Amino acid sequence: MAAANAIDRAFVAAERWLDAPFGARANPLRTLGTLAFFLFWVLAATGIYLFVYFDTSVEGAYASIDALTRKQWWLGGVLRSVHRYAADAFVAATLLHLVREWSAGRFRRFRAFSWISGVPLLWLMYASGIVGYWLVWDARAQLSALATAQWFDATGLTAEPMARNFIGAESVGDRLFSLFVFLHIGLPLALLAGMWIHVQRIGQPKTVAPRGLVAGTLGMLLIAALAHPAVSQPPWDPLQLPATIELDWFILFMHPLMDATSPAFLWLLAGGATLLLVALPALSPGPKPLAAVVDPANCNGCARCTVDCPYQAVLLIPSPNVRTGRQVEIMAERCAACGLCAGACPSSTPFRGTDALAAGIDLPDADVQQQRLKLGAALARIERGGAARILVFACAEAARAAPLEDARTAVLEMRCIGMLPPSFIEYALRAGADGALLVACREGECRFRLGAELTAQRLAGERQPILRGSVPRERLRMAALAAGEEGDLLAARDALREALQAIGPAPLARPKRETAGRAHADA
Amino acid sequence: MTSPLRILAQLLLYVPFMALIGTFATTPRFEVIAPDQALVRISLIHAAERKQKCRERTPEELARLPPNMRAALDCPRERAPLAVELEIDGAVVFSRSVPPAGLKRDGAASLYHRLPLAAGRHRVVARLRDRADGPFNYVREETLELAPGGMLLIDFAAAKGGFDFRGS
Repeated sequence: MAAANAIDRAFVAAERWLDAPFGARANPLRTLGTLAFFLFWVLAATGIYLFVYFDTSVEGAYASIDALTRKQWWLGGVLRSVHRYAADAFVAATLLHLVREWSAGRFRRFRAFSWISGVPLLWLMYASGIVGYWLVWDARAQLSALATAQWFDATGLTAEPMARNFIGAESVGDRLFSLFVFLHIGLPLALLAGMWIHVQRIGQPKTVAPRGLVAGTLGMLLIAALAHPAVSQPPWDPLQLPATIELDWFILFMHPLMDATSPAFLWLLAGGATLLLVALPALSPGPKPLAAVVDPANCNGCARCTVDCPYQAVLLIPSPNVRTGRQVEIMAERCAACGLCAGACPSSTPFRGTDALAAGIDLPDADVQQQRLKLGAALARIERGGAARILVFACAEAARAAPLEDARTAVLEMRCIGMLPPSFIEYALRAGADGALLVACREGECRFRLGAELTAQRLAGERQPILRGSVPRERLRMAALAAGEEGDLLAARDALREALQAIGPAPLARPKRETAGRAHADA
Repeated sequence: MTSPLRILAQLLLYVPFMALIGTFATTPRFEVIAPDQALVRISLIHAAERKQKCRERTPEELARLPPNMRAALDCPRERAPLAVELEIDGAVVFSRSVPPAGLKRDGAASLYHRLPLAAGRHRVVARLRDRADGPFNYVREETLELAPGGMLLIDFAAAKGGFDFRGS
C-alpha cells in the first residue's frame, strides 16, 4: 500500500498544480474517465468518416486509406491522424484512470462494481485498437495480425493455426475485410455498452466533458495530426518483410513483448493481470461502512436521496402505505455511509418538535438526533456577547477545522459536508450563532464525489432541500480546502468574523427547539 | 490568472502530453527482423495416415455387435503424428512431432513455425512422415537465395506432391 499512497500523493500534487490553469472542472487529471468518454466519441465520429471511404477488399483496403491520406490530406488525412491519436489518448487516459482509481483506493466495497466492470473494458479497448490497425493492411497490419493469430494458436484451442490465414496471398480474401470491419465496429460497440455498465453504480456520472476539456483535447489532437500525420507502412506483402516498422506502442506493445518472450508468457501476463484486477476488491476489502438505514415511518418517498446518492445505493420501491406510493430502500453493499442521503431528506431537520428526532433515511451512527445534540453542545460552548460567534460545519476529509475552536468558534465535524441538511444552518443562526462557515473538500476532491457540489447547489437554492431564502447569505461562507490548507481555513474564519462584526448580531428568531437542544447537550 | 494567460498555460501543458502521444504512436521503430536476415516460415495442415491399419472382423466379433454396427472392417480412428524436419545447410534446425487434432486424435495435424535465418544462399531440406513408422515419405530439397527481409514459406499439400517452397 505504500506504493499506492506514494502514487496517490503524486496524483494529488499534480492535480492541484493543474487546477490553476485548467480549473478543477476541466482539469484532465481530475476527469480521466470523462476524458476517455469524450475520446470515444471522437473516435466514433472520425471512424464514421473514414469508413465512408474505406474499401473492404484486399486490393482496395490499403489503397483507399492511402489515397484518403494523400489526396484528401486536409480532411481525410487529418481525420485519420485524429482517429489514431484519439485512440492512443484513449488508451493513455484509461490506463491513467485505472492507476488513479487504484491509488486512491476507489476499488473497494461500494466501488467494486465499477472497478470490476472496468476490467473487461481493457480487453475490449485493446482488441478494438488492434483490429483497427489491421484495416490498413500494411506491413504493420501483417505483423500484428500474424502475431495475434500466433498468440491465439498458443492456446491449442484453434482447430488449425489461425496464423495460416495471414501467410499467403491466396489465404487472404475480401471476406476477411468484412470480418475486420465487423470486428472494428462490433468491438467498440461492445466497449460502449461496457462503459455504460461501468457507470451504472455511479450517481450523476460525469460522462459529458466540460467545454474547456473538449476544446483543449480537440486542439491537442488537431495539432498532433497536422504536426505528425498518420501514414501507412509499406503495403502488405506475404513474401517480404520490412526490417523495421513504425509501431504504435500504446496499442501494439504486446507484439514486441511476445516476440521477446513467448505467447505463453503473454497469456500468463494478460491473464494474471486480469485476475489480479478482478480479485483486488476481495483481496483488499477495507473497513465495512455502517450503511444508512431507512425509517419507513418518516419516509414519504420523495426520492431526493435516490437522486443524490453518489453510488446508486438508494432504490425506490413500491409502498402502499405512503401517499406517493413508494418508499426508499438501501442496498447496504453499495452504501458508502457518506450521509448525502440524510442531507437530502426533507424530514432530516432539527426544527421538528419531537424530542426524539428521526429522519426517513439516516446514518445509524450519526443520525439527525445526534447531530442536533452535537449542534446544541457546540452552540453552548461559544460564549454569548462580544465578538461574532461562528459555527463551523466541517467535513472530516477536508482541511482540519478542529484548531479553529476557540471561545467564539465551535466546530461540528461530519463525515461529508453533503450530509448537512441546510436547515441545520438556519437552526444554528436562530440558536445564537452569528454566522456559519462550511468547510468542504477542495473542488474535485470530495471523497464521496458529490458532497461539496450538492451542498453548494442546496445553499444556492438550486437543489432540494434548499436553504430558505430568509436566511441571510452574508452570514454564511463556504470554504473548499484540503488537508494541509489549514492556514487558508483560519483566514476564511477570520474574514467571516470581520464581516459579521460589521453586520451585527443575527436578526433571526430563536427556534422553539433551541432550549431543548441546549438542555440535551447539557445533559 | 486572466483568461488569455490561462489558455496559454493550458496550451503549454497540453504540448508535452501531445508530444508523448505523438512520439510513442510511431517510435521507437520496431525491428521486425535484423537487416541481414530473412525469415523461413513453415506452415502446414495435413491428416496423417491412421495409426493402425484396418483389419477384418471375425464372424464371432461381428455376431457380438448390434446388427446395425456390423461393419466388416475395424478401423481405429487415431491417426499417426506428423514428423516434420527442416534441415538448412546440413544442420537440422527444426524437428517436431505434431499430434493430430481432436479428442480421438483423428483430425489433421497442423503446424506454424517461424525461423529467422541469415540472408544468402542456403540449401534447404524439408522432410515429413505422415505414417506411424518408417522413413520420411515426403522430402523436398532446394538451394535458395534468400534476400534480406525475404520470406520463404514452406507449405505442404499431399495432393500436389508434397512440399511447396514459396518466395525467397
